[in-house]
Amino acid sequence: MTNLLLLQALNGLQFGVLLFLVAAGLTLVFGIMDFINLAHGVLYMVGAYLVATFAGLTGSFWLGIVIALPVALVFGLLLEVLIFRRLYDRSHLDQVLATFGLIMIVNEGVKIIWGAAPLSVPMPDLLSGSVPLVGMMQYPVYRIAIIAAGLLTALGLYLMIGHTRIGMLLRAGASNGKMVSALGVNIRRLFMIVFGFGAMLAGFAGAMIAPILSVDPGMGESVLILTFVVIVIGGIGSIRGAFIAAILVGLVDTLGRTFGPILLRMVLDPSAASQTGRTLAPMLIYILMAAILFFRPAGLFGRKS
Amino acid sequence: MIALAPRTRLLVAAVLFLLFAALPFVAAGTDDHFLVITATRVMVFAIAALSLDLILGYGALVSFGHAAYLGIGAYTVAILSSNGVSDLALQMLAAVLASAVFALVTGAISLRTKGVYFIMITLAFGQMAFFFFVSLSSYGGDDGFTLQARSTLMGTALLENDRVFFYVTLAALVLLFLFANALIGSRFGRVLTGTRENPLRMQAIGFTPFRYQLTAYVISGCMAGIAGVLLANQTEFVSPAFMTWHRSGELIVMVILGGIGTLVGGILGAAAFLMLEEWLAIFSEHWRLAMGVILVLVVLFTRGGLTGLLRRLLGGRA
Repeated sequence: MTNLLLLQALNGLQFGVLLFLVAAGLTLVFGIMDFINLAHGVLYMVGAYLVATFAGLTGSFWLGIVIALPVALVFGLLLEVLIFRRLYDRSHLDQVLATFGLIMIVNEGVKIIWGAAPLSVPMPDLLSGSVPLVGMMQYPVYRIAIIAAGLLTALGLYLMIGHTRIGMLLRAGASNGKMVSALGVNIRRLFMIVFGFGAMLAGFAGAMIAPILSVDPGMGESVLILTFVVIVIGGIGSIRGAFIAAILVGLVDTLGRTFGPILLRMVLDPSAASQTGRTLAPMLIYILMAAILFFRPAGLFGRKS
Repeated sequence: MIALAPRTRLLVAAVLFLLFAALPFVAAGTDDHFLVITATRVMVFAIAALSLDLILGYGALVSFGHAAYLGIGAYTVAILSSNGVSDLALQMLAAVLASAVFALVTGAISLRTKGVYFIMITLAFGQMAFFFFVSLSSYGGDDGFTLQARSTLMGTALLENDRVFFYVTLAALVLLFLFANALIGSRFGRVLTGTRENPLRMQAIGFTPFRYQLTAYVISGCMAGIAGVLLANQTEFVSPAFMTWHRSGELIVMVILGGIGTLVGGILGAAAFLMLEEWLAIFSEHWRLAMGVILVLVVLFTRGGLTGLLRRLLGGRA
């Protein structure tokens, strides 16, 4: 039982850091420019497809990632220049409509280029084994690598945002974009940097997860909704909030699916418990979100508007 | 926000409804049965979009979980008819009640938040409803549930006739439009619109915005529930796919595309969206690409959606 708990906690942590990588860019975009980008999930998907392609071409997962990241960055910047910068001054609804259209374009574009069938990315040999955890239990090295990469990125972001000049501008921009702009900072350029960087982080998350998940045209959408849940729970614009919320959502979702039915069996008969467990497990994070917003309408680290 | 004068709104709606009413005759003339089925589908979604426009356009409440009510309405039909209650009126009543309860509970919680947080919390409730029906294994779970037959109309199987079903759907659309139109013109509607513009001021002059917003939210949910009942009858199939977040997004798209806060905009938007879907699909299996491009272009180059365009065509008098 303790082993299972540890195993699932690690899986939850891995899921959480992945969500954080996608959420970090989205929450800054949202916080600084007040821009609802439904298309953020496609950047994650594009990252996965790019690594699948470049790893296939070069025969090396590592080279694949090294090439995929700048390409994801360029793709993000291209979207910013072509579409997004025309939408900052528009209403949230216009942004929803345009980015919804963009999802359709990119999803269909991916199907045209790579086909609708899922692709698989071979795991790099270096990370393909497992390590003993406690006693008899083994844990895949690759998942540990994802956790490590995610935590390192989070640490890097923390240092950048807390201790550099650009980080200071980001924090100020997320709190009060108009004021920062009035102080003579080119907030549009700042935003372009953030947007490109956020696209790259989301692409990185997609690239990292590609070897343990099949790469398919719908993968961006499932992660998008979870990412929104994360940034809303954390409080829009707050990187710290996004990190805590991402880990929380990852753990609650993973542990809920495993231990929900076990806990329910203590109060219900087995068949009712498994039925109820199956019903409740996917709803858990949404229940969590509704509960948190009920008590803190602007999220855990959000500012009251 | 494109405001249509009430008279223009009624005029545009009357033209639309007359066009709809004439469609089966056109279809009979050209022997195009598919047209009636497509038009019925358009009207069902027009009801859902109309219900969303009521809260989105007049209350500034962006519900991103509105497809949940389509699902609640549809599953009411499935559950009741497989338990021997096949009367359409009874099913509608049950669907309205179920939608009202869901809207009352989730609306009361959601309305504590504002703006983007409201969008996201309604999405969360929509997802909860989605996963609830996915896990409903006695009604097919993920795969959905095929209905034995359409609902009965006063004990008869009249609805099996696609043309009768078309006119029943049209009648529902017209009645719900007139209801929404009356609601917007009433004191209630003016308080709701006033709250959209400035909640603090409404509070200061003695109204409780929360109560009005919640009432509007519940009414809107009930209307969308009715659309769900009709949708289940049209496809003779219910599935959690009726209520994915993507479908909620499409409803918002229909309203924005048609023009927010105009009532007729929802109808126009639903028609435009679904017809475009049908039409583009003729040319390529990759029609979604073109659809996406059109949506982006509509946002970038038109203001106020199709109704805004219509208004400009009418020379801005409307």
